Amino acid sequence: MSIIMDGLSLGAIYALIALGYTMVYGIAKMLNFAHGDIIMVGAYAILTILTVTGNPLLGILVSIVVCTVSGVVIEKFAYKPLRGASPLAVLITAIGVSFFLQSIAQLLFGAKSRPISLPYLGHVTIFGAEISVNTIITLIVGAIIMAMLTLFVKYTRTGRAMQAVSEDRGAAILMGVNVNGIIMITFAIGSALAAFASLFYLMQIPSTSPTLGSMPGIKAFTAAVIGGIGSIPGAMLGGMLLGLVEKICLSIPAISQYTTAIEFSLLILILLVKPIGILGKKRREKV
Amino acid sequence: MKRYLSLAKNHFKLSRNINWMLMSVALVFLAIMSDAGLLTRSFTGLLSRIAYSIILAVSLQLVVGFLGELSLGHAGFMCVGAYIGCFTANYLHTVIDSKLLVLVIAMLVGAAVAMVFGFIIGLPALRLKGDYLAIVTLAFGEIVRNIFKNLEIFGGAMGLKTKIYKPSELFIIAFIVAIFTIIFIQNLIRSKHGRAITAIRDNEIAAKAMGINVTYYKLLVFIIAAAFAGVAGVIYGHFTTPLLYTFFSYNYSIEILVMVVLGGMGSIHGSILAAIAITVINFLLQNNLSGDLAALRLLVYALILIVVIIFNNAPALKGVRARFNIRSFIRRFSQRKVIRPSLRYDDSAEWNQIETKIRMDEILTADLPHNEIYTPDPREKED
Repeated sequence: MSIIMDGLSLGAIYALIALGYTMVYGIAKMLNFAHGDIIMVGAYAILTILTVTGNPLLGILVSIVVCTVSGVVIEKFAYKPLRGASPLAVLITAIGVSFFLQSIAQLLFGAKSRPISLPYLGHVTIFGAEISVNTIITLIVGAIIMAMLTLFVKYTRTGRAMQAVSEDRGAAILMGVNVNGIIMITFAIGSALAAFASLFYLMQIPSTSPTLGSMPGIKAFTAAVIGGIGSIPGAMLGGMLLGLVEKICLSIPAISQYTTAIEFSLLILILLVKPIGILGKKRREKV
Repeated sequence: MKRYLSLAKNHFKLSRNINWMLMSVALVFLAIMSDAGLLTRSFTGLLSRIAYSIILAVSLQLVVGFLGELSLGHAGFMCVGAYIGCFTANYLHTVIDSKLLVLVIAMLVGAAVAMVFGFIIGLPALRLKGDYLAIVTLAFGEIVRNIFKNLEIFGGAMGLKTKIYKPSELFIIAFIVAIFTIIFIQNLIRSKHGRAITAIRDNEIAAKAMGINVTYYKLLVFIIAAAFAGVAGVIYGHFTTPLLYTFFSYNYSIEILVMVVLGGMGSIHGSILAAIAITVINFLLQNNLSGDLAALRLLVYALILIVVIIFNNAPALKGVRARFNIRSFIRRFSQRKVIRPSLRYDDSAEWNQIETKIRMDEILTADLPHNEIYTPDPREKED
């Protein structure tokens, strides 16, 4: 029971990050490799505010603002000039941005990992299993955010414009959608989600380092692909699935060392059976 | 004899072969320098690094630039080759005295094992496209790393202890292998097989319709690229010790990809130059910025990467690029004036005015059986 809850809360973190990947992919058609490092930026923002003021709530707010701003700034300076260039060039730039963020963090905060003290909220006993309040908060807040995002994309004007751009960019331009604006909003939302993810991540593993974001970033990307990249419910499903698998594998001593290998093998297996991910949309190819 | 010479002269294009020829000249020069003891240890180390970077970049170019599939797991193949090859070498050192022979055998073993993995990764490549394949190759790299990290035979998390080859000799072997790689891949691309591979890149469906065996060629490319990556891994294993799984992270795969993209897609000259440039930049930054400034190294590297990519690819900078294009600059000086025959003879003939020696009725009779008498026109018979 506690393993499943832990898995789901880790899954919620992955899902939040995966949403950033999948939205950017769906709308800008690019793999934003720097997304994982936005989590790291958020984590350092929380750390700084916590050490200065000691107020975790303020830390969360500031981290959301910092992440959103950095997401938009990165989009503006690194990706916008390359719109219309080959996808590979954009990919390499994203990797460059990722290195850039890591090195900035390393310069400002040092290469060593720093512990962070978030308030401990205690345990609750549900069905005889001890579950930390952090896990429950992660799950509930994660679910609320995802529900809000789904509603936003489905029912607001901006959300519909996002759907339109992801469906057919050319047609969306002709229909009067401001594509550049939409892409900017997508980056802003994705980065804000990453800020939440960084908070939840710190609640599980309370230390920050410049390379904090790379592994969860890669795993969340894997989750997005498992669910079908470009699909928002797919990212949530993939994230939850990956989180569960990770926690279950970690709880079995015989295979806990090979958790990473198992997760990635799962990805390969799923893609071999269904090459577009679980909920991905099939695109017909034309000559 | 004269005819063959002129034939060879016509078919030999300097611009196509200049890369390995220059490298061979450089190798001979450097080998003599090294023999005379003029090269420092760190410089020969740099040369070895350049050599295996070239092998990696050129072999990844085959996958990314010529087959058109994005692979983020090249370091994974390198990892497999390095671990297995060096493991074999460690064993062979107890049996065989000649270090060179051991290295060569280790390379072959590394290449063979990497080939098997190349085949395994080539299989999903048949079903997956673009970014999906990229994530699968990335996943492969991480799986391999995770497994080698936990296998105690290979040293586990402490890394595999390898016997270092003398750097002043290793770079010569590494360069020879690099030159072989370049010649092999270059000739492959210019062969019938290479044409098929680029055809798949340009349009897979059309290639299939033309009768190209897409399955075969995709697997072939993955296997060849993996083999060379495995060899590069063995060279790396003889260059540093212990062999650590952390080196083969996806960051390293990406560094190889950066060489390919900076060098230009589908350009072997380009990937060689980019491999040299990036290795040298890394080396210089590493030597001059240490300790707390190590972060600065990453920063400079990242900035170079972003600026170069944006300069090379941004649609808005097309005009600027055209003005500073090295290729057109060279061409302006070196191009011989070639006059097209039509211009030379002031030939304004249209295609339908060109006289031919065969008349239409001759073509029509060409494939009739011998004994049948052909009548050109039914109306003639009536007359």
